[in-house]
Amino acid sequence: MSITLNVNGRDQAIEAEPDTPLLYVLRNDLELNAAKYGCGLGQCGACTVIVDGKAIFSCLTPVAVLEGKKIRTVESLGTVDKPGPMQQAFIENQAAQCGYCIAGMMMRAQALLEKNPKASDTEIRAALEPNLCRCGTHMRILKAVKRAGELMQQGQA
Amino acid sequence: MDDFADSNAISRRKLLGGAGALVVSFAIAPAMAQTPAPAATAPAAPAAPAADAGPTLPGALQQDPMLDSWIGITADGKVTVFTGKAELGQGVKTAIIQCAAEELELDPKSITLVTADTFRTPNEGYTAGSMSMQNSGTAVRNAAAQVRELLIGQAAKQLNVDPATLHAENGQIVGGNGQKLGYGAVVGNNILHVNAQPTSKLTPTKDFKVMGKPMPRVDIPGKVTGGQAYVQDMRLAGMLHARVVRPPSYKAVLADADTAGVGKLPGVVKVVRDGNYLAVIAQKEWQAIKAMRTLARSAKWTETPVFPEMAKLSDALKALPIEDGTVADSKTTATGVVKTYEAVFTRPYQMHGSIGPSCAVGQLKDGVTTVWTHTQGVYPDRDAIAQLLGVDKPKVHCIHTEGSGCYGHNGADDLAGDAALLAQQVPGKPVRVQHMREQEHSWEPYGPAMVTYFKGGIDANGKIAEWNYELWSNSHGERPGSAGQLISARYLSKPFPADVQKLKITPLGSGDRNADPGYTLPQKKVIWHFMKDDILRQSSMRALGAYCNVFSMESSMDELARLAGADQVEFRLKHLDDQRGRDVITLAAKNFGWTDWKPSPDRGRGFAYARYKNHACYLAIAVEVEVDKTTGRVRLVRANAGIDSGEIINPDGIKNQTEGGIIQSMSWTLFEGVTFDQTRITSVDWQSYPIARFADIPDSIDVAIVERPGAPFLGTGEGAQGPTSAAIGNAIRDCIGKRLTDLPLTRDKVMAALLA
Amino acid sequence: MLRNWLIALVIAIIVIGAVAVAVIYRPAIDPLPAGQAPHFDTAMIAHGAELAAIGDCGSCHTASGGKPFAGGVAVPTPFGTIYSSNITPDEKTGIGRWSEAAFERAMQQGVARDGHLLYPAFPYDHFTHVTADDDKALYAFLMTRDPAESRTPANKLGFPFNVRAILAGWNLLFLHPGPIAEDSSQSAEWNRGRYLAEGLGHCAACHTPHNGFGAEDASQAYAGGSVIDGWYVYPIDDKSAAPVKWDAASLASYLKSGFAADHGAAAGPMAQVTAALGEASDADVTALATYVASKMQNASGKAPPAAAPSPPLTSGDSLAVPQLVKASADQGETIFATACSSCHTSGRPLPYGGVDFHLSTAISADSPQNAINMILFGLPAGATHGPIMPGFAGVLNHDQVVAVLGYLRKNFTGKPAWSDADKLVADTLSGATAVKTYSADGVERMPGAGDLRILP
Repeated sequence: MSITLNVNGRDQAIEAEPDTPLLYVLRNDLELNAAKYGCGLGQCGACTVIVDGKAIFSCLTPVAVLEGKKIRTVESLGTVDKPGPMQQAFIENQAAQCGYCIAGMMMRAQALLEKNPKASDTEIRAALEPNLCRCGTHMRILKAVKRAGELMQQGQA
Repeated sequence: MDDFADSNAISRRKLLGGAGALVVSFAIAPAMAQTPAPAATAPAAPAAPAADAGPTLPGALQQDPMLDSWIGITADGKVTVFTGKAELGQGVKTAIIQCAAEELELDPKSITLVTADTFRTPNEGYTAGSMSMQNSGTAVRNAAAQVRELLIGQAAKQLNVDPATLHAENGQIVGGNGQKLGYGAVVGNNILHVNAQPTSKLTPTKDFKVMGKPMPRVDIPGKVTGGQAYVQDMRLAGMLHARVVRPPSYKAVLADADTAGVGKLPGVVKVVRDGNYLAVIAQKEWQAIKAMRTLARSAKWTETPVFPEMAKLSDALKALPIEDGTVADSKTTATGVVKTYEAVFTRPYQMHGSIGPSCAVGQLKDGVTTVWTHTQGVYPDRDAIAQLLGVDKPKVHCIHTEGSGCYGHNGADDLAGDAALLAQQVPGKPVRVQHMREQEHSWEPYGPAMVTYFKGGIDANGKIAEWNYELWSNSHGERPGSAGQLISARYLSKPFPADVQKLKITPLGSGDRNADPGYTLPQKKVIWHFMKDDILRQSSMRALGAYCNVFSMESSMDELARLAGADQVEFRLKHLDDQRGRDVITLAAKNFGWTDWKPSPDRGRGFAYARYKNHACYLAIAVEVEVDKTTGRVRLVRANAGIDSGEIINPDGIKNQTEGGIIQSMSWTLFEGVTFDQTRITSVDWQSYPIARFADIPDSIDVAIVERPGAPFLGTGEGAQGPTSAAIGNAIRDCIGKRLTDLPLTRDKVMAALLA
Repeated sequence: MLRNWLIALVIAIIVIGAVAVAVIYRPAIDPLPAGQAPHFDTAMIAHGAELAAIGDCGSCHTASGGKPFAGGVAVPTPFGTIYSSNITPDEKTGIGRWSEAAFERAMQQGVARDGHLLYPAFPYDHFTHVTADDDKALYAFLMTRDPAESRTPANKLGFPFNVRAILAGWNLLFLHPGPIAEDSSQSAEWNRGRYLAEGLGHCAACHTPHNGFGAEDASQAYAGGSVIDGWYVYPIDDKSAAPVKWDAASLASYLKSGFAADHGAAAGPMAQVTAALGEASDADVTALATYVASKMQNASGKAPPAAAPSPPLTSGDSLAVPQLVKASADQGETIFATACSSCHTSGRPLPYGGVDFHLSTAISADSPQNAINMILFGLPAGATHGPIMPGFAGVLNHDQVVAVLGYLRKNFTGKPAWSDADKLVADTLSGATAVKTYSADGVERMPGAGDLRILP
């Protein structure tokens, strides 16, 4: 089936069975690395991306429901040469060990901060509950998200 | 894909084959007196030549003494560093680059690092046991220092000056008169192809420009911007996708499967059946997954119950054939004991629980099977795969490519085996194969269940007078080497047998790691009741036996202190002579505010200390927990740790790893245990094997590092596992007045203790 | 003449006033002396803990993130918002100085220690049926909790509801104090169940519709139909829509462990209730289940299977039916194939496998609200054993949710389509219907959790 998906601001024409989870289209058809397979069951959040402003599990979302919606992945937040505020905050705080969960964390945090840039520590913790980190990088992730909020507010000042 | 198949990078073959024209001169600056190497021959296989009998070389240079095994410099000055260790997310790439950059006077960004590759790097066994800095870091640092001096010596020759007038700076040899020679201009042919010396001119700590600094990790920017970072991200031209169908249980036998029907599904290239081994290869990943599910649903297995009842696991472990080993024995008799503490402690099987299920890519081309894998040991995995395929070792090329954190021997080696097997089915084409979540949960080799027993006592002066400790445990190590250690190999029509496990008592320990207490005691006896037979598949998991041994022993120390009416910190200091241990204890206690503690009904505090492996890093930790007495829920509120890892390469790396270890150990200790019925593993996903989430994360973790300039590297990654669990257990005891000895310390156990 | 009328009026006012005062006025009971916490024996405290589990005190008296029993939970009512009080033994802000007599009076009559009348948001119209002995045990339990200092926020009630005196009238009409007589035609267990359900359990407070005075409509006992915290309250009488009829065994399993093999897992407010009942005694939960199941014995569902079939061994999603969807399939079927089938058709038993929708009450009920809630919000994760279901609120738009609902209703039940799905989905997505979600947190009684004991 042919379908057009709007990913990171660009329309992309895809050939995929309609029940294909978005995760595999992002990774294999569009060669975007950030969203990862962690469980395929909606339990770990490694696949988290943003659709129309909300953080969702791309492992369980069929492409057939995504026509006309705005899909964003970590790649939309900036590049190695020009990292965006979320990425800058994670680099500043060295908020990664193996790093496998981090892209999912960043997108969930991004969705939160876009609605609530002044999110408190409690609100950040609650928002990130669906995402697992096995290396125990949580303290740094929290610091990085808080910092990203500051950077985002500065950017808008 | 150049990151991974970087054909333009230096290989040792190219180096040895000669990039310049001249044959090396052996009359190099006598100050270094390097052992002359034999004349360069055709590309030498990267075997580990025996070092000369004589003084030991630093770190892993002992196994791989050729300097150019570790450092390569091209005629145009490009520097490559080789290490046999692998990046697991612990920051080892960054730390090794720091070592090389420091001694070679280079901008770290100019160094290319090649990690664990059986065609290109030294064989450093496994990246395990927190030995990377001790072994590889030491080797690289010393090799870099010796290479620097070699370059200075050669430059002195070329410039016809006294080498003492030259120094290295920013990739150049610089003279007093302003003469400058780039490294490339000096290195010539094979001057690095010499054996290392036993000692090196190392940069003193006070002059460090790169080492000892919190240099940002080289791999993080790529990981947070969607760069290709993991084996899961590999996309080789023509790559196919595969999935395996694992048996539903250990002794399941495949009666039938609809391989023909599945072969006709969209995109399916091949369905593989070999005995009880089933797999499917397809064009696209989602096609492979759907085909796997169809295949799995069609498969008919006969299963045999093999597990004991979970509630009887301790008895089942102790009922296995046992061989006793003595870990420690003072051969003295305990005297003057006035009060005794005695307890049994248990630990269930626990998972590595890597967030990314294991994955590998394999390709058979020109008679060589290349496997990109996140195994901790590319060489042993290579050996196992060569045996599996029935080929000579040089016909298998294992290249370490990062996976998600593995925390020991997880499913990575197994998937490397699968990738190798499946690559044979589609010669020339790369095959990417990956576990599903349930498969990783069910098949990864677990940290083994253990039972321990402590009996100790204090004398009338409140000093420990008796210390008896016994542990029942498997080997904690079933890594390849042999094909039979790979899961795929056990289910083929011609299966490979698993290695027979053997009792080994070594200074650094395995199942008995840290079972020998580091305290000064008038009497101690420690026995390992070793079982060679597995109930559940088990192998090495971060800290090995130290997790349960330190939990047991530091819980017991806590009780002995209470019997003595002593403060927990003072009691440990009273029995510890090692000044470095004393220093971390004092530091952690001070930062926690141990002497300012104010009790409250729903809070408790706990303390613990251990020197990992009795020879590695020192760690003390003080924690505060909160206990909800209506639900039994325990939350770690804050933790203060003090750590001494010897010479510091990257202080931020030490903090990151220790914070992570504290949180991971907290998760193991409060939540985790593999569950099974009598036939199958039942904890197959995060619902049925929950781990800590953000709601469980403490308010703060503080890691303070003791600086030891000039001291040997001691490693960091596993220091926190044991002490954290004991500190939490002690804090719960402090709050509710009862001690829990049966890991994990779940809510229902806390409630049962509260209501008892 | 006028003078006589005036005198009569004044006398009438005085008499009415006296009667009113007699009805409304409650004397204060002396506080206990400060700093003298009474002592209780361990067995009584343990018994009190089990009873508190039946009463689920924590649901109303423990705020999210607050100390246990310290109150401050906002209870929305048609008359305004009422905040639950602090029932920890804190002497300044809790009940630390309440005597046992004061506690018993509160339970039986809805009167605080100092004599002010309590709002029936605190269901004393049920607790009045609790025996004095049980009140003693509950008192022992509450008085031995950790004291927590926490002032209850002021209620948000407009006039005249903020005048507590009117509760005296409410009590006259709707409070029937005293024990419930035994029904000798029923078993001891049934009677015990009724005592618990009608008393501490206060099931009817949600499951019976209320009248305009905020009191239960006795003529519709257990008929359900209201929406509480955004969740549709199922009928638990003979109008129960469960495809397989509830019996005592399945209901006891559900109440104790939060799921039943032929029904599904608890979500919404029942997640909290079943979490609390997990701490109650098995005998009491079985009794409760016996009583409540008897109310559904004439419901239309299929008879429960004779013996619980031994569930298929755990298989995970590897055996999920791969729905090979054709491009022309309707959107609901496509969404189901990718988003739902990996858990819901895997054959993995509850609670970790998604419920087989043939068994789901949510899909069979008269209102699709609970199915909407599950689709949008799922079952959030907590670090305990328990089902996790992702919510699809960010993924599916209004039409897509309606499509999935339609597919589920059509494919798994023989019932006519819901006529109000469109509106209810729109209201839930917009927040017009505010839905409160609960994680499985605190529910340490799923399979596996209790197995983690290997101490010999």
